[in-house]
Amino acid sequence: MNDTLILIVSGVIAGSCPVLFAALGETLSEKAGVINLSLDGCLLLSALSAFAASYQTSSLMIGFLAAMMTGALVSLFLGIMTLYFRVSQVALGFVLSLFCRDLAYFFGNAYNRLQGVEVGPLPIPFLSDLPVIGPSVFSHNIVVYLSFLLPCALWIYSDKTKAGLSMKSVGENPYAAYARGYNPRLIRLCHVIAGGILTGIGGAAFSLFLKAGWGRPQGCEGTGWIALALVIFGSWNMFRVALGCYIFSFLQIMGLLFQQWFSDVPAQVFQVAPFPLMIFSLVLVYFTNRFSETSVGRNQRKYRLFFLTARFLSKPAPSHLGKTFEP
Amino acid sequence: MIRLENIHKDYGSVKANDGVNLSVRPGSIHALLGENGAGKTTLMKILSGFIAKTSGRIFVCGNEVDISSPVKALKAGIGMMYQEPMDFPQMTVLDNLMAGRPSGFFISRKKALHDLDRFSSDLGFSFNPASNPASLTLGERQQLEMIRLLSLGVKVLILDEPTTGITDLQKDVLFFSLRRLAKLGHSIILVSHKMDDVTSLCDEATVMRQGKVSGHFSRPFSSQDLLQCMFPSGGDVDIADDYQPGDPFYFLDQVTASSSRVVLKPISLNFRQGEIVGLAGLEGSGQELLLRVAAGVSHIHTGAIRIGDTPLTARSMKAYQSSGVFFVPGSRMEEGLISGLTLSDHVALCRSGHTLFTRKRAVESQTSRFIENFFIKASPHSLVDSLSGGNQQKFLLSLLPDTPRILFLENPTRGLDHDATAAIWNILKTRVRHSGSAVVFSSSELDEILQVAHRVLVFSNGELMMDRLCHDLDPHDIGQAVSGIKQTKY
Amino acid sequence: MSIKTIGRHLGLPVFHVLMILVLSLFIVSFIVLAAGVSPFTAFSLLYQGSLGSVSHLGHVMKSFFPMTLCAMGLVYTYRISLWNIGIEGQVIVGALSAMVLFRLFPEPQVPSLFFSLGIVSAFLGGMGWAMITGFLKSTCGVNEIFAGLGMNFVSQGLALWLIFGPWKRPGIASMSGTDPIADVYCLIESGPLSISGFELILVFILFIFTWILIRKSIVGLKLHASGSNPFASRLLGLQPTLSIHLALAVCGGFAGLAGLFQVSGVYHRLIPSISSNYGYLAILVVLLSGFDIRIVPIISFFFSCLLVGSIQLPMMLQIDSSLSGVVQGIVVMVYLVYMGIARHLNSRIRKPVYE
Repeated sequence: MNDTLILIVSGVIAGSCPVLFAALGETLSEKAGVINLSLDGCLLLSALSAFAASYQTSSLMIGFLAAMMTGALVSLFLGIMTLYFRVSQVALGFVLSLFCRDLAYFFGNAYNRLQGVEVGPLPIPFLSDLPVIGPSVFSHNIVVYLSFLLPCALWIYSDKTKAGLSMKSVGENPYAAYARGYNPRLIRLCHVIAGGILTGIGGAAFSLFLKAGWGRPQGCEGTGWIALALVIFGSWNMFRVALGCYIFSFLQIMGLLFQQWFSDVPAQVFQVAPFPLMIFSLVLVYFTNRFSETSVGRNQRKYRLFFLTARFLSKPAPSHLGKTFEP
Repeated sequence: MIRLENIHKDYGSVKANDGVNLSVRPGSIHALLGENGAGKTTLMKILSGFIAKTSGRIFVCGNEVDISSPVKALKAGIGMMYQEPMDFPQMTVLDNLMAGRPSGFFISRKKALHDLDRFSSDLGFSFNPASNPASLTLGERQQLEMIRLLSLGVKVLILDEPTTGITDLQKDVLFFSLRRLAKLGHSIILVSHKMDDVTSLCDEATVMRQGKVSGHFSRPFSSQDLLQCMFPSGGDVDIADDYQPGDPFYFLDQVTASSSRVVLKPISLNFRQGEIVGLAGLEGSGQELLLRVAAGVSHIHTGAIRIGDTPLTARSMKAYQSSGVFFVPGSRMEEGLISGLTLSDHVALCRSGHTLFTRKRAVESQTSRFIENFFIKASPHSLVDSLSGGNQQKFLLSLLPDTPRILFLENPTRGLDHDATAAIWNILKTRVRHSGSAVVFSSSELDEILQVAHRVLVFSNGELMMDRLCHDLDPHDIGQAVSGIKQTKY
Repeated sequence: MSIKTIGRHLGLPVFHVLMILVLSLFIVSFIVLAAGVSPFTAFSLLYQGSLGSVSHLGHVMKSFFPMTLCAMGLVYTYRISLWNIGIEGQVIVGALSAMVLFRLFPEPQVPSLFFSLGIVSAFLGGMGWAMITGFLKSTCGVNEIFAGLGMNFVSQGLALWLIFGPWKRPGIASMSGTDPIADVYCLIESGPLSISGFELILVFILFIFTWILIRKSIVGLKLHASGSNPFASRLLGLQPTLSIHLALAVCGGFAGLAGLFQVSGVYHRLIPSISSNYGYLAILVVLLSGFDIRIVPIISFFFSCLLVGSIQLPMMLQIDSSLSGVVQGIVVMVYLVYMGIARHLNSRIRKPVYE
């Protein structure tokens, strides 16, 4: 029993790492008001650049740097074009997503099924000797540990720092932000790029340890779309998004286990789970907003429980998400 | 404290501000009055750095200052509160206060919380710092914005229509705080067109009309003089004498409704055939909402609407239209016409009904007929965007069916010159005379209402203040009703 | 159709069309060079693999038909300013619905009748799936992009479940799909191109139908009006919400038919990747066409050529077949970016880059 538990917890933690990076990166970008639909392709392309760079140089560090660069470049392109030249965020993001995927396959051809370097585990002294928790939580590699810290770090960033406040402001109301002396487009661009860099790390996590190596399919296809769904499911809150990622990863692991038990349900079916949840949370946001405007809203006290639950489960999107700002 | 010298602002050939001079003393509450489009908001936006002036000079405490951005205006101690609050609806009250404040890498909420408490207790506001503006009322959002500006050291506070859409209680709180600020030496500029606010609160008043200053007054004010200066009456008013009212056929029964700006108090009305009814009142007093509600465009909360014996309450707009009730919105391009389509496209859309195909030739000849009959300066293939305001309005009217039973028009002649206005009224009057339909319209020009309407309804703060026939009307009474003094019904 | 007419349809002078093509070509050549292959070799292989022989052309047509169907459907939704990303799922569900019928009646007495029922079933399946998105959009305020995306994955899950669950092959459940459908449900291929006459005729009829509906009838105008200003359209007597449902329904139906083509014409069974990404590709096609129905088949044909031409790249040049996707992506991106910059520099060129 313990072994299964260790397997599950350890699997959930490791498996959630890339999607966590990608989803939190997207959260940054969306909090600043830009929908970056290129996530899926960007993950794959950065996975390739991480593998290729580390294979050529045998250096993991360079692999990660290459992936971050890739993510940054893709989102820089998207950011400049959508923010300064008013190209539609959805159109360009969508095309980029397909394009980056194909570009990754194209250049990845040369790296098919090669043996590259891999991030080794780095058990934390003493803590890893603890029963159950030790092998399941404290025996991962450094990137996974970083993924624990990331939600906290980003929460501190968005809630406690000046830059985080500016991010939220431009996502909420760029005109008011402009009136207060911010440069909305520049701030948005910076956060889109930051999101891209995090996505890059997520991609590297795939090719450098989780599904080490390169192939077609690589194994991380679709993760980007799931990350997009998780951002909505987590209602743009760092911790909820992270929680969503762990739930998703748990479902995946359970899918593998279930497959042993009920062999006729493929694991992929469980991957679908985040999407109905995402749609459900969007519906919930809509109806709480609508009810609070109408007669039900005036009897808020009567429906208090409903409102509290709904508000707890989901919060509305940044007010200016996906819209263009024209000074 | 503040002196504006010879401010000009041109939008192309339109002069929004045309050589405005204004000075505001420290410690005074200064009202800036004027009808819609008089240029008062433009002037204030120039002063607060939101739009750039074409020419002119601005002095603060005797020194000329360069105000080219809102931040620079804040540095010069000038802050503006907009009609639509400029805040972040989903962020907490405290974060709203913090955004844009100079600080180190990490923000400290302690100081902002301290400021919030200090100013709140000073001015008689109360806030939960963890709530967010989306859950606050308009009045509370204003108060928040006021605290923010004051905490940044603003000495000159500009308020744009602050009393529209807030409750009486909030208004009292607001006025109390403004008086207190004035006592502390701040200058307050109140942009308004509500007589009440000005007479009860302000020390001085400047009236603007057509981009220029048209009068200056000091306490005590006579609201009659102010009104006269805002809407100079053209003297001899041509009262419509062709009034032959038919039977009442359109009924509103105890209708209530609300928009973001105003709450409509229970109202019962009927309209008669062959009647032209003008709705008067200051902007946002409820007349626009009544038009929309009566035309089935906005929903009512309670009450009932019927035409003849057909109930229309809670029916779709399609049902209203098929009963002969039509609405023409005031913002022609935003709500009335579809940008990027031509005139004949619009005609095709309107006349297609359930058919799939329209004969191009027929549509074009019909469009040409409209253009001819309504004196529209355009060709069937011109984009509606390229039409002038008057032509857009005429085109909108031409799209209506020939025999509507009742027409609701929102500011049908706003922004039109004299000739276009006359042309529009010619068209409408002919309709009324020939088909016996009723026309209900709102206007910000009292003169226009007195000239064309048979009956006038005056609104103030969501309430019907007066309902009278025009021919036994004293303009003085309208002024009283507009400023919120109830007149007995006829 | 000459470049000049294409240009006019795009609302662009010929110069700009040429610029977009040249720029795209330049970038693609650069990418191919970076992979260590001569661009000329790659391009000529792409050409030979698609238009070089009659049998290749037949393959091109096989992917041209479903892609064009999807793209034509998207013309309706783009007209009303909707992003029907859910089209991918609508293809899958169309294929599923056809399969349901084919499996229920494995030995039909009147094949043509049951095949026609399959067509109806596929159409209704795709339509129903699209209308879920429409319902979520109009009644629950869910953005159609996210709703569509979600429905795509749900339909993918549904297909996988069927393949590995109820419809698995006896004994072995695998990614290679279900048992083949009965021969009577497979489309008959004929002629030198060995393409199905049924597909050709259906796509042609629907193309003419869409052309007339969008460009000649009042429908296109109504969709455009409802999408760009719902309030004014209501005042003009239109019903924008109904139009949204109708546009999505038609688009979903077309996508469902594309699913049927995939089942009956290509794979003869249900496989996990039954949609072959045609839905997503069709979005690119329509973006590049500037939402003009007349150019859709041309671009769709070009994309199909790339798709089929690239199949032999791995064998001949040891480069990945995804070069086709790279080229498609580049062309669309160059178009979007070019239009964005051109509009930025010169406000005279006005072309809706969709929001």
